Order: sequence, then C-alpha cells, then structure tokens
Amino acid sequence: MSFDPLVIRRDFPIFSRTIRDGKRLVYLDSGATSQKPQQVIDAEVDFYRLHNAAVHRGAHQLAEEATDIYEGARDIVAEFIGADRDEVVFTKSATESLNLIAYAMGNAPLGNRFHLSPGDGIVVTEMEHHANLIPWQQLAARTGAALSWFEVNQDGRLDLSNIESIITENTKVVSLTHQSNVLGTINPLKEIINRAHQVGAVVILDACQSVPHMKIDVKELDIDFLVFSGHKAVGPTGIGVFWGRAELLEALPPFLTGGSMIENVTMTGATWAPAPRKFEAGVPNMAQAAGLAAAIHYLQEIGMDSIHAHELKLTQYLLDKFADLAPLKIVGPKTIEARGGSISFTFGDIHPHDLGQFLDSQGIAVRTGHHCAWPLNRKMGVPATTRASLYLYNTIEDCDALVAGILDAKKYFG
Amino acid sequence: MMQLDNLYQEVILDHYKNPQNKKLESDNDAQVHHINPSCGDEVTLGVKLEGEKILSVNWDGVGCSISQSSTSIMSDLLIGKSLEEAAVISESFLQLMQSKGSQDGDETVLEDAVALAGVSKYPARIKCALLGWMAFKDASVQALSKKTN
Repeated sequence: MSFDPLVIRRDFPIFSRTIRDGKRLVYLDSGATSQKPQQVIDAEVDFYRLHNAAVHRGAHQLAEEATDIYEGARDIVAEFIGADRDEVVFTKSATESLNLIAYAMGNAPLGNRFHLSPGDGIVVTEMEHHANLIPWQQLAARTGAALSWFEVNQDGRLDLSNIESIITENTKVVSLTHQSNVLGTINPLKEIINRAHQVGAVVILDACQSVPHMKIDVKELDIDFLVFSGHKAVGPTGIGVFWGRAELLEALPPFLTGGSMIENVTMTGATWAPAPRKFEAGVPNMAQAAGLAAAIHYLQEIGMDSIHAHELKLTQYLLDKFADLAPLKIVGPKTIEARGGSISFTFGDIHPHDLGQFLDSQGIAVRTGHHCAWPLNRKMGVPATTRASLYLYNTIEDCDALVAGILDAKKYFG
Repeated sequence: MMQLDNLYQEVILDHYKNPQNKKLESDNDAQVHHINPSCGDEVTLGVKLEGEKILSVNWDGVGCSISQSSTSIMSDLLIGKSLEEAAVISESFLQLMQSKGSQDGDETVLEDAVALAGVSKYPARIKCALLGWMAFKDASVQALSKKTN
C-alpha cells in the first residue's frame, strides 16, 4: 500500500471537526500528544464494553479475556521494540517509567548494582525534558550521587568533546533522550553507549519522541532501559512503557508495592513476583494497554519506515520554507541530518504566545513556551519558542498553512 | 479575525511596544520576581510607598504581549493611588479575568485595563494577564510589612 496521508487522516475522527469558526484543523502539536485513529478508540471502548475485568485475578471468563488482551498487548509492544515479553513493563506514562527507574535505584540496598552513594555519578544532557531531569536531580539529592551533563551547542547538538571527563569510572547511570522534543535533534547514541558500558554504567533512553516515528530495536541499540508513552504514538493517554534488559530487571528493586507484584506476603514482609509483574502493582490500565496494542498494530500496518520517510519529507519541506522566512530563526539543527520532525523557532519580536494565539485563530495548533525543557531554552538564549511537530497524518498543505499563518501574523502584529 | 481583534486591542499592542514604567529603580521598598511556569514569562516588579500611598510601580520583564502590556497598564493605573484603592482595582481586574467573556469591565475603575477583557475568553492566557498584578500584590504586601515593622 502506498503511503497517503489523506487516506490516513480518514481514520482520525478529529480531522472531521473544525476549529475557531469553521477553519480546517492543522494539527502540528503531535510532539505534545498525537491524535487517535478510530481503531484505537474502538479497542479501548471494546475493552470496557465487552471484556472488562481485573487482569490476573478472578476465575471467570471475563478475567481470562481481559488477561489475554492485556498480556497480548505486552507481546505486541515487545515485538515492536525487539524485546522479550517479560522485559516489557506497563506504567501510566513515560514520566512514571523514568520515576520508576530513579526511585527503584534509590531503593537499592548496599551491594546491589544499582545502589548509589556519594562518589557515584549520574549523567544526563542539557536537552532533557523535565521528566528525564528532575527524577535524577532528586535521586542525586537523596543518595549524594553527583549529577553531571553533556552540554548542547548553538546548533542544538550534544557536545561530546569531553565525553571521557563526563562519563567516568564513577558513573553508574547515563540517561538521555533519543530525540529532543524541542530541537528535533537525534542524539549520537553509539559513542555515548560505548563509553557508558566501558565504565559499567547503565544507559536509559527516553524514546518518547523516537518510538512513535521510527523503527526502534532495543537489542540493536544496545541500551539497557527504554521508556516511551502511548499517547504520542497514536495510542491512549494513561499508558506508558518501561523496558529493561531481563537481568537488570531482576536486580532492580520495585518502586510501587502492593497487589499483583508479590510472590508471597506475611504480616511482616513480602517477596516479589518476577518482572514484569514486580513493577506493576495494582490493577493496571487495561483498556489503555488494549488501545496501545491497537495503536502499534495501526502504525505497523502502515509501516514505520514509510512513516519516518514521510515525516522526513515534510521536515525537509518546512526547513526549506523556513530558511527564506526572515526573521524566523530555527532553534535546533537547520539540516535534516540526525533530526526528526520537531521544529522550534522564534520569529523576530513576535512572542511565541502571541504567534501561537494568532495561528490558533487560523485553525493551526502549535506548541509555545519552554516545552518542559527550561534549562535547554536558557542555554539556547530564548525564553520561549514556537514548535511545530509533525506526524503521519500531516501534509504539505499543513506545512503551507503554517508558513502562510506566520506571514499573516507578521502583518497582524507588524 | 473578529475574535482575535477583541483579544489584541490597540491599547494592548501600544503598551507592548511602548511599555510604561519599565525601568527597575534601585531604591524600591520591595521587589519581587514572578514567573509563569507554564510558559516562562517573567516579571520583576518593585514598589515604593509613602505611608499608604503608592509612589512608584516599576518593573522589567520578558514575555508575551498580554503579560507585558497588562503589567504596563497596571503600573500606569496604580501609581498615585492608595493601597486600598489598588486592592479594589486589582479585585475588579481579577473578576474581569475570571468572567469568561461575560463582562466588559468597569472603565471608571479599570480605565485602560478594560482593553484586556478579551483575555478572559482564552483560559490559557489569563495567567499571562495576571502575572504583573500578582507580582504587585506580593510586592505591596512586602513593602507595607517592611514599613510597619
């Protein structure tokens, strides 16, 4: 099947509504959350309509069906990212996944490979989303470990020139984003992973902005942990994924404790079920797992390579248009190399909030502000930016609408 | 474009381009720094009092036209008023912002600040409009407590 965004758009009911007095919806905010195809909405609704019961419990048919759907979703996620099924943990969000890892490490007793103490190091980058920065700041504060980071240069790329002094023999954890949600930069993982593994550190990849957009294989990447959220990958909100290598999940203590995650419980103590259940306390977000499975199925039917190629085509188109659109300044890489479809920019004296408001009046949805990456904004010397982020349902017409909208805003605020 | 014009009144754009009292003074009785964490807009605002009278509201900041013009309009409006009058004006402005577009604002109380009435129809922008006003409230309380101590 040839890739046609106009055919794809028909699967997304939201594109049949209009915005601000009858304007066509130009949705350029998929970096914040993606829209949902009917197939995903149906999967979530069908779970409640037909199969609803608590998974892993109950000796009845509905519980069996619910368990099959939930565990089936785990198989689908595992296959999607090249993992083994017992390495895939469902959480409520990528933010929860990252906090899970950080808190679980904080629970690791002396002698456990994840135990952190003063003298140990945690490494992040300056381009992290707050969700992959603050949990590590907090873990460092609780354990006395030192937090250090790779800086970002003015082209929006990581500065790896001092990699050996940032990732040292003391480094235990390296956590970084695969693709920046602000800059669109795709980070050079190989060099960082090699160095981290050389010193015995684990590598955590925030793949929120990459898993929805390109084929990812965790074994091929040679990383240790990966997180992503369902809602940025045409799936529902309330479902995130935490993947870890089996032997690491075995060593990692639990974070949330309670029902489902135990092997045996007495009045004075408990032992843990093996992963993934060790990390899934309580009745999970089952309908959302069903929705995520439908989302992945949807993306795979279209093909991750086709989706990626389409986004690259649109990104290149916008980069070319933006190059001639003074006083527009791209904040991030200006070329397509190692870059995805998140394009942040400033536009002269027009503040992003005002530009975003104007674009909204034209039916164009963009994100404005610091995009939950305040330190990065400060580093780039811009208090706020406007961001257009692309996905499989966007078209050249959407890109043209954005450019026309920016030009009209220039006249309006002139 | 009608609705957008309602938001971006001429008065707002004028104040944005030519902000009033946008120069921090060094001898303020109190100075505060307020941030809108959802978007990063910032205002640093100082207050000088003489008894209960507001001698000066001076400020600096970065942000959108709504947050910056609102602070500018407010500073013009409050200088020379008593703290009691300022509280009445601030309360009236807060009510206008929370009116979801149902009020035009009392021009005898709010003067130029009624130009911001359109903001109340855009929930995401109300915090922008209130940024300077909240900073003033904070700074004036601090200035007063310093004076009375």
